[in-house]
Amino acid sequence: MTCAVERLNAQLLPERTQKPLQSFRIGLAQINPHLGDVSRNIQKHVDVIAQAETQAVDLLVFPELSLNGYFLEDLVSETAICLDDSRLEPLFEASQHMSLLFGMVEESADQRFYNSGVYLEAGQAHHVHRKVYLATYGMFDEGRYLAAGEHLRAFDTRFGRLGVLICEDFWHPSAVSVVHADGADLILGISSGPGRGVSGESQDLRSAQTWHNLNNLYARMFTNYVVYCNRVGYEDGVNFWGGSEVVGPDGAVIVRAPYFEETLVTAEISAAALRRQRSLLPLLRDERLDLTYRELRRIYRERYR
Amino acid sequence: MSASVKTDLVAKARNALDLNLPLTERILHSFIRNEVHKFGFTRAVLNLSGGIDSALSAYLAAGALGPENVLALLLPYRESNPDSRSDAEAVVAALGISSKLVEITPLVDSYFAEFADMDVKRRGNVLARARMIVLYDQSVAFDSLPLGTSNKTELLLGYSTLHGDMASAVNPIGDLYKTQVRQLSRHLGIPQPIIEKPPSADLWPGQSDEGELGFSYEDVDHVLYLLVDERYRPEELIAAGFERDFVERVARVVQSMQYKRRPPIIAKLSQRTIERDFRYPRDWGR
Repeated sequence: MTCAVERLNAQLLPERTQKPLQSFRIGLAQINPHLGDVSRNIQKHVDVIAQAETQAVDLLVFPELSLNGYFLEDLVSETAICLDDSRLEPLFEASQHMSLLFGMVEESADQRFYNSGVYLEAGQAHHVHRKVYLATYGMFDEGRYLAAGEHLRAFDTRFGRLGVLICEDFWHPSAVSVVHADGADLILGISSGPGRGVSGESQDLRSAQTWHNLNNLYARMFTNYVVYCNRVGYEDGVNFWGGSEVVGPDGAVIVRAPYFEETLVTAEISAAALRRQRSLLPLLRDERLDLTYRELRRIYRERYR
Repeated sequence: MSASVKTDLVAKARNALDLNLPLTERILHSFIRNEVHKFGFTRAVLNLSGGIDSALSAYLAAGALGPENVLALLLPYRESNPDSRSDAEAVVAALGISSKLVEITPLVDSYFAEFADMDVKRRGNVLARARMIVLYDQSVAFDSLPLGTSNKTELLLGYSTLHGDMASAVNPIGDLYKTQVRQLSRHLGIPQPIIEKPPSADLWPGQSDEGELGFSYEDVDHVLYLLVDERYRPEELIAAGFERDFVERVARVVQSMQYKRRPPIIAKLSQRTIERDFRYPRDWGR
């Protein structure tokens, strides 16, 4: 059923060399990081990895800034981590057997601090997504402390082609569209989503409802898997609501973690389900990247002339 | 036409202020546990006045930490309304929390004797601050964190004493308007008389919040919600049919009381001044 790529010449068009999505087991580590205590958080990651091993997890996903905590303020520069930091060794080591996605304040060679999602596989950092859309309004202050990423890229893994976005990136459909157009069959959204809105009109927090709507919408419209990993706990009185979930390409929730509780949930990602949905609803087949590009180019020319 | 716009806005505020009670309870329980535990404490202490706000904080704390881990302080002054004490005792009995009665009369009367010309406001502030002294001292004796009892309405209106009843380490109810305090109190089963009696700081005989403020909590909560949470401008509310004097007064009070909601300002001299550019979360390293 899946298409082999080994015999294809790499000079062929990119989508001809893209590895189709494989079936695998994903784990969502809905944790409560310690604010500004990287060593303790690394140990926490190691502990959850050990727990995930007993459940045969192939890819384990942690929330946004899982190694640092979220409302860091001046702790951003004090807790920033370079990718070659020896403290990350246990995570690189663990990735020999289990692929990992976690969040951290990444210090670049030129001393900029990014809110990054780091994807480790086979002992290597396969991909680093630097959050593009830094939330800087209302309760959020990221733009004051962090540098914004400049890239939106899908990337190849042993499971197929994936995309990583971080929290506010998801609130920009353009960002999700680019990663989708770049071939991601499964989009990983990691988040430190604060819970707010406790009006009696709704059963859930208003912020939770919005996220569930977003995940459902992106999964259905892009006929993609959407994986959302949110954290829990409190920082300076702000709650993080959890509710991590895996949404299938038909929009169905495959697993959803409870609200507010530290937990590890797992789900099966099915290559067959993705193929079936794309047969039933060929939105991807009919997508017109060329047309979109032409029109965006025109808009760009007109707006920035 | 403007009257119907006002009706719509009031309905909007009322709907928004209508709490999802189980969810709110869950978040606040978990908040208390989390913020108390991560500072190395298992216990909390609070001043129980007999009013609805401190009763709600006590119910939330007992639910979050277990009644054995909550100490209620009853701190009457000789002029305090006796009902305040009996209402506080009803809360203690209903929850099975421990309590300690400390008469603050000798503490404050010796000070009042020095300044016979003090008006009721000054005297009221001294009472509130004397209670703060006892709260913080007993928090050490009970190896606990002091819990706050100020709601959002009173914080916005500055209707409380700086370094007095506003003082606490952790405040579970500071983002609940007074009308929401009532909803959650009903949900948690706080004794009816405490919910229904006219709110009073009981700092002098016959004092009443709504009498002193000059408006009802329900009316002011609607205006505060629209101004603060929805960011309507006062002119927009007036154009919609809200009474001009009322809206302008509320907006003015919120502004003039801003100083109470902020730490004292510091004269900046260095590169890195506390709060201005030395910025760390309170839960730093927790």
